[in-house]
Amino acid sequence: MSSSAEILSQAFTLGYTYTRSTGPIVGQFLTSLRARKMVGIKASDGKVLVPPVEFDPVSAAALTEFVDVADAGVVKTWCWVKEPRKAHPSDKPFAWAMIQLDGADTPMLHWVDAGDEAAMSTGMRVKVRWAEETKGLMSDVNGFVPEAVALLGELKPATSDEQITGMEAPIYLTYNFTAGKATARYLQSMKKGKLVGQRCPNCRNVYIPPRGSCAACGVPTEEEVTLGNKATVESFTIVYIPIPGNPIKPPYVIANLVLDGANLSFLHLLSECKNEDVRIGMRVEALWKPEAEWGYAMENIQYFKPIDEPDVPVDQIGKLIDEGR
Amino acid sequence: MRDVAIVAFAQSNCQRDAGAQNEVELIMPVLTEVFKQTGIKSAQDVDFTCSGSCDYQQGAAFAFVAGVDALGAVPPIKESHVEMDAAWALYEAWLKIQMGSAESALLYGFGKSSPGELPIVLSQQLDPYYLAPLWVDTIAFAAMQARTMLDSGEITEADMAEVVARSRNNALKNPHAQLKGDQTVADLLKEATYVSPLRRHDCCPISDGACAMIICTIEKAEEWGKPYAIIKGIDHRIETHHIGSRDLSRSVSTEIAGKAAGVANGPVDVAELYAPFSHQEIILKKALGLGDDTVINPSGGVLAGNVMMASGLSRIGEVAMRIIRGEAKRGVAHATSGPCLQQNLITVLEAK
Ligand SMILES: [Zn+2]
Repeated sequence: MSSSAEILSQAFTLGYTYTRSTGPIVGQFLTSLRARKMVGIKASDGKVLVPPVEFDPVSAAALTEFVDVADAGVVKTWCWVKEPRKAHPSDKPFAWAMIQLDGADTPMLHWVDAGDEAAMSTGMRVKVRWAEETKGLMSDVNGFVPEAVALLGELKPATSDEQITGMEAPIYLTYNFTAGKATARYLQSMKKGKLVGQRCPNCRNVYIPPRGSCAACGVPTEEEVTLGNKATVESFTIVYIPIPGNPIKPPYVIANLVLDGANLSFLHLLSECKNEDVRIGMRVEALWKPEAEWGYAMENIQYFKPIDEPDVPVDQIGKLIDEGR
Repeated sequence: MRDVAIVAFAQSNCQRDAGAQNEVELIMPVLTEVFKQTGIKSAQDVDFTCSGSCDYQQGAAFAFVAGVDALGAVPPIKESHVEMDAAWALYEAWLKIQMGSAESALLYGFGKSSPGELPIVLSQQLDPYYLAPLWVDTIAFAAMQARTMLDSGEITEADMAEVVARSRNNALKNPHAQLKGDQTVADLLKEATYVSPLRRHDCCPISDGACAMIICTIEKAEEWGKPYAIIKGIDHRIETHHIGSRDLSRSVSTEIAGKAAGVANGPVDVAELYAPFSHQEIILKKALGLGDDTVINPSGGVLAGNVMMASGLSRIGEVAMRIIRGEAKRGVAHATSGPCLQQNLITVLEAK
């Protein structure tokens, strides 16, 4: 039965390496940015929207008429960030602001490098501080500064004047994952070299790895069941494509394996056999890594290998009682 | 439009960090509770199930699918999901009942925001060309919205602190609340600013948790023989993603949704408003035309605990339970999504 589980956490970064197509309207704005010019677009009511949008927010009409606006304007509202977050564009205190450029009728969001909160006020005038190198991204504006600040940095000419149609938009988000109670219990057993699943109190099915519930019955699972090393191949595939960062050389076999005494399969590697001999119903056994290498991971088992036992008939797979221990 | 009954509602405590609880372990206790309230055994006993959650919060792809493990979906059930607050899952189920394709539905919302940096995660729901690449977070937008109102003289910092003081005080009676206490406006105003003009207490906390609800036709509620509250009106509206085109001191979408849902068709005894930032309660109260005779956020609201993707449904559940307990006859619940109250859903509830 479950006793209180140790908390297992792991930090990780999720990366979405998106590239986005811009379409003609956003593309024109970014192309202008790269040339260090600000443009807006004329809305149905004649107002100039900055940054430009494809469709009128009120009439939904497609918008096409670009209008040049200034690279300086007025702060309409703002907030002061005392402690910038890692992802923020400035690592010292700064203001986010809605800035209405001269010639525009709507404010746009950017940040202001004012040095101190006391230097900020609604209605103050600010101007763009262009990046030394421009790429056709929002960061071509290296923030705004109060209009009186002299800008001395050298500006390199834009590297291209081709119309921008796409942009790199990578996103990296960091998390600290904490395993649930059932997963934590399971991983602690793995670290001790034992395969421990959970039994449903209702249908009596045994799940490994357990998730703390029986997905069929919708009830919590608590009773723990220690299983042996023998399993049956429920299904398999032969992988011919190398996977980046994976040390295993293709072709290799990945199989759905059902441990004796369990009712649901999990994925693992199959080895020490000819790939063409692998078949559904084949009997296999876990080969554990040396104990010194055991961690909180399924990889404690290096792979499964065939054993000299008769095949299990297809309709019996997942229904075996564990006798092997 | 057909009346729809809310027969059961349950919510977990709002916790800053649910730690070693996966989505199934978060959801299952609230499901068990609504099944018990309704007198049914499982999701097999309703016609439709719909959930609301967002995988980006915990950074786990398909966490919403893993959540289905809590349902007992064998044999297969009719199931759907919105990558939004579960209040919109209620809307989907309400439509199904209107269409006559379901008589009853189970709804649940869950959120585990503790693993990530929530304001930064939410920055990525913004315009992907102009805003998301700057990583402007939700707190910054709310702070600029508050300043717009302070600058115009529409509100004062004391008005904002009054909202917080009342929220924390009401939360003393809410066992699920995360932040509660007896603070005066003067105490709150002594605190330093966080993202100026906002102080920390003007911002909702980050919470993990879940909630669940069962809705059905009036006929089904009578058959189950359980007390219920009635959904008399429901509507949701959204404003442009071009944030510079919006008047941030108003919530036009709430005004339209409130009219369409029929908020003004009778007295409003109680309202639960999803205002993640103190000044937004003032905007919403005005947009809905609520007077001082309406009790606002008796639960403490989301300033006392905010489970992203569940709090909207919980607002509706809070009002429904007050009506079921006989504490109110007619109430309004509000749910929101997006920066500065971009999208708003209004539900009008009445006693039978
Ligand atoms: Zn079961």
